This record gives sequence, structure tokens and C-alpha cells, in this order.
Amino acid sequence: MQTLYDKLWQSHVVHEESDKSDGMALLYIDRHLVHEVTSPQAFEGLRLAGRKPWRLDSILAVADHNVPTTERSHGISDPISRLQVETLDQNCADLGITEFKMNDLRQGIVHVIGPEQGATLPGMTVVCGDSHTSTHGAFACLAFGIGTSEVEHALATQCLLLKKAKAMQVLVEGQLGYGVTAKDIALAVIGKIGTAGGTGYAIEFAGSAVRALSMEARMTLCNMAIEAGARAGMIAVDDITIDYIKGRPFAPKGELWEKAVAYWRTLKSDEGVTFEQVIRLDATQIKPQITWGTSPEMVTTVDGRVPDPAQIADAVKRHDMERALKYMGLAPNTPISEIRLDKIFIGSCTNSRIEDLRAAAEVVKGRHIAANIKLAMVVPGSGLVKHQAEQEGLDRIFRDAGFEWREPGCSMCLAMNDDRLAPGERCASTSNRNFEGRQGPGGRTHLVSPVMAAAAAVAGHFVDVREIY
Amino acid sequence: MEKFHSCKGLVAPLDRANIDTDAIIPKQFLKSIKRSGFGQNLFDEWRYLDHGEPGMDVTQRRLNPDFILNQPRYRGAQILLARANFGCGSSREHAPWALQDYGFRAIIAPSFADIFFSNCFKIGLLPIVLDTNIVDRIFHEVNSTEGYCLTVNLEKQTVTTPSGEICTFDVDPFRKHCLLNGLDEIGLTLQYADKIKAFEEKRRTEQPWLFA
Repeated sequence: MQTLYDKLWQSHVVHEESDKSDGMALLYIDRHLVHEVTSPQAFEGLRLAGRKPWRLDSILAVADHNVPTTERSHGISDPISRLQVETLDQNCADLGITEFKMNDLRQGIVHVIGPEQGATLPGMTVVCGDSHTSTHGAFACLAFGIGTSEVEHALATQCLLLKKAKAMQVLVEGQLGYGVTAKDIALAVIGKIGTAGGTGYAIEFAGSAVRALSMEARMTLCNMAIEAGARAGMIAVDDITIDYIKGRPFAPKGELWEKAVAYWRTLKSDEGVTFEQVIRLDATQIKPQITWGTSPEMVTTVDGRVPDPAQIADAVKRHDMERALKYMGLAPNTPISEIRLDKIFIGSCTNSRIEDLRAAAEVVKGRHIAANIKLAMVVPGSGLVKHQAEQEGLDRIFRDAGFEWREPGCSMCLAMNDDRLAPGERCASTSNRNFEGRQGPGGRTHLVSPVMAAAAAVAGHFVDVREIY
Repeated sequence: MEKFHSCKGLVAPLDRANIDTDAIIPKQFLKSIKRSGFGQNLFDEWRYLDHGEPGMDVTQRRLNPDFILNQPRYRGAQILLARANFGCGSSREHAPWALQDYGFRAIIAPSFADIFFSNCFKIGLLPIVLDTNIVDRIFHEVNSTEGYCLTVNLEKQTVTTPSGEICTFDVDPFRKHCLLNGLDEIGLTLQYADKIKAFEEKRRTEQPWLFA
């Protein structure tokens, strides 16, 4: 009997040293997504060694981290960012790699466009020089982030040398409550097992609550597997997966489609197989989650309070908590609902898909952002998401409510472009990391779901979306 | 890749868990298209009192005297001592590049994040996992002893303290082999080019939709 992870792993082993006990194997890579930040040194490495990409049709490139989200038909004004994006354009042009350029309608965050194009398909190994590659595991892929040396290795050999991880099952049973989303499941899991809880594991999310999620929501969940320490997260194939893929540009058609679907339906863990670790969550008990600190595991519920370090026995943990509270400018025992905000960010590879925007728009419809909110912005995950949202009139709803409606990119998730917090500013963000300085030096990030961010924008402070909506 | 055999070096203690890659090398420095020069911006937000941007002359910037690496006694440190889950967060190899460029050759911690751990081996920076209690003890010894050095021997998989205590650590045989010999992993993989081609052809026949 095999887990989904076992099946994905085994079907990609090219070579394994039979006498080696360390579990290293050479794995074939089906899809390689490339962006501008982690690739230039890899392309340079190839050039210096006189090597060429092994398989061009496996590669899809896009610039997302550095691109401005404001009017950009005249290019990028920051010369260093511009050089990095131009370097990607040049490398792709020189080598014949398919790239969606900045002003292409299909441009967007690499983890949004892969699935959107059908370039992410079940049973694939998917790699990218970005830790949130785990997102693609929502399609029963073995998808994981890699460093630049591995980007070069995958380009040159179509393989990576990897050590097999252990398998963890995160079983979420029951029906999620009203206003509770995949983001809340993800944060609840991280709150339970910690940011290192999944280290050394590949996580499979399962259970009735996961099966009930849309593909967009499943991507949100797998996206944050890395925040639990697991390099890969994944979910078995079902009708929801197959319906999502059908008709997408890179998806198989006709006879090949039927053949592919028959194979994809085998991509699930065998009944009764054992995992090295099983984590159980009751979906009915999950409330909207909000992080209060500088690590995604520093999380509580909307009706909770900022924790008190004085209650923590472990000295290292207490010290970290004190430091986090100092950085966040929060006093112990403050009710979460009393935390006032300066900025709102709805976007990132975690929560910038059409469903996220629809849900947030539903909350702000006919309302306006609070007077103390200096900036509320919506950054769609791709040009196509943006276009779709505009077709549905969501841009109008957001603008009328006082939000800025931006061009697609990573934006203030990591603040590599001009979208960032000023020191001391506090943000409700639908992104994935609340590390010190992540959204700008001195910036204070609270991770939440899109509906919770929208509700906070309207109220000016955190509020239970289930009460206002 | 740089070879790693052994190293006797000064130890700098960074007493904090969950140090993420954003802290190790902040995002604004990731705009570089080069592989070198990141050391001057290692731990930039903690190390300097002003905000750093690419292209700034770091000799003109104000150092944070409270940050551990700025203390004269840790100048020239080659071994970084850290707490659990070091290197969590993004996959940026710029983090190990910055640590190596600064002068570190090995990092000792009770645990590391997976991608960071793997990235270190690719460039010849050795991440060493030691038991939490041992790390705790070394922290105490470093803090109380100026000039505290450890000797790391990869061949023997040992860390030796000044008092002669020997702690052993695990390392995957293949990674050890590559590090000891400074091997080019791509070159090694390409020795299997025929096997890769054969695998790919079989895959093309069985799952042709992957090759459209």
C-alpha cells in the first residue's frame, strides 16, 4: 500500500544507488517554473559551464516579484528591479523559453499562472525557485521550492537529487463554519504543529473538509504547507480537480484528455495506508485566525487575546514571544478585536485568486474602508484573474469602497517592489509570512483570510467577519 | 562548489529560534543578478541602525552595537551557533550565499528548515545538527569564554570543544562525499544522461500529455 506521496515519488525515480541507505534518488522533473529573482545566477551558471536547458517545453517563465502594481506600460522605474526582469527576458529569449512578459495578460504570480494555464497537472513533479511552489500540490503534484543551485541543476539535467521525506497526513473532518476559509485551516494547522512541525515531511491534506474545498481554496492550503515546515503539501485528485483543469490552455485535449484523466484518478493514497504522522483537526471548531507575532505559528482566533509571555515556562519561547510583541507593538492580553490597522493587503500566491476576490468583495460591497485605513489594496494574482474580476464588476465594488485596484504581482507579500509598509505601520494581510520586515522594514503584519482582511478594512480594526457579514 | 574538510573557527552565538531567510538576507538585496557580495548585508536589519538598500556603501552605515556579530569578540567568526528551525521561510539561496560570503563555514543548530539545509550543501556551507542540550551547553560556554573556538571535522563527523569533548553529527553519505571533494553535482547527474533519456522516452510514451 502506498501514500499519494509514495506514488508521486516512485513514478519519478530515474536512478537510485542500491547500496546507499540514505534514501537519495535522482527524480525526473516534469514542470519547471522560473521567475526573475532566483534564476539569473542559474542561467549564468549554465552559460559558464557551456550547458543548455535539457527540455525547453518543461519550462514556463514569468516575472512577478519585482514588477510594479501601478501603471506599468512604460516599464519599471527602479533600475535594479528593471535589470533583473530584463535579465529574465533576455535569458528566455536567448534560450527559447516560453515567458509571459510583464504586460502580457497571462502574466501574474508564478503560483497562480501555473494552474490557471493548466501547466500544472496531476502526477507531475513541479519545481520553482520559490518556497511557495507547494501550492501546486493541490493538483496531486509533487511540488516543492528549490534554491538557485537546484534551479540550475533542474535546467541542465531535468532531474534533482533528493532525499525522500516522511509522509504526514493532516486530516480535517467536518464542515467549516460560515466565514471560515482554507486560510484559517492552514493557520490553525500551523498553530497546532508549529512552523517546524512539518520539517522533514511531505503533508497530504485530507478529510471531508478538504474534499469540500474548491481548487482555489486547496491551493491556499497547500501554499502554506511550507509555513508548517513541509517542503511539499498535496491533495488527492477528485472531480473538483479534473473539472478545474478541463479546457485550460496547457491541459490535454480529446483522446489524450481521457487517457490522462484515467491516470489522474489513481492519484490518491491507498485506503488504509499508514502515515508516519497523522494530525487531526475538527473543521467545525476552526474559527477565523489572526497572527499576532512574527512567525505564522504565533496565531490565535478572532475572539482571542494577545498572549502573555509571563505564562510561558520555556525560556527560549518566552524570550521569542517578548521580542515578537515588542516588534509588533502589542501589549499582552490585548483583545484581538482592539488591534487597529493602517493598511490592508489582499493578494499574494496564497489569496489572490478569483474566489478570494469574490469573497472579499462580498464583504466590502456597499461599505467603505474606515477613516484610519491609509491604504487598502487589492492585487489580483494574474492578468487573467484581474480581467475576470473586472468582468464581474469586482473592481468597481473595491474602488467604491476605497480600495486601490492594482496590476498583478507578488507586491506587498514580500515588498520587493514599491508596495510596502512604513516602519511601525500595521497591516491585515492575506499573504503567508509575518516575519520581521517582510512587508517593509519595521512593518507589522497580521496574516488573515481575504474576508477577514476585508472586514478589518471596513471596521478599521480586527472584527469577526461572521458578525458583520 | 567549495570543498569542506575541517575547520577550526571562532563561534558566534545567535540566541534566537526560527531565524528566517528574510532576516538572514532581506528582500531588497535579492534584486542582484550576481552570486557574490551578499555578506555585507547579512542580517542587515539587525546589524545596522539605518535602512539598507542595494548599492549603499556599508562602511558609511551606522552599526547596531547590540547585535552580536558587531561585538569585537566575535569578529572573524567562522562558525555560527543558532537555535531551532534556523533558515525557515523562503527558498532563497541568497541566505547561504550571504552567510558564506560573510565568512561562515559551518552553522550549528538543533534543527534547520528543509530547503535552507539542502541549499547549504550545494555551496559548501556545512549545516550541523546537534542535540538541543548540547547546543544549549555550547551557548553557555561561548557566552562565558572569549575566543571560544570549535573544531569541525566532516570526515569524522565530529565537533570538538576547547575542553576536548567530542560531539558527533549525522550527514548523508552522498552529501558528505560531494562536500569533501567539492564535486559539481550537475556533472555527476549528467553521468546518468542515458538513464534520464530512457526514463524520459518511456514517460513520453506512457503520459504523452506531459510533453505537449
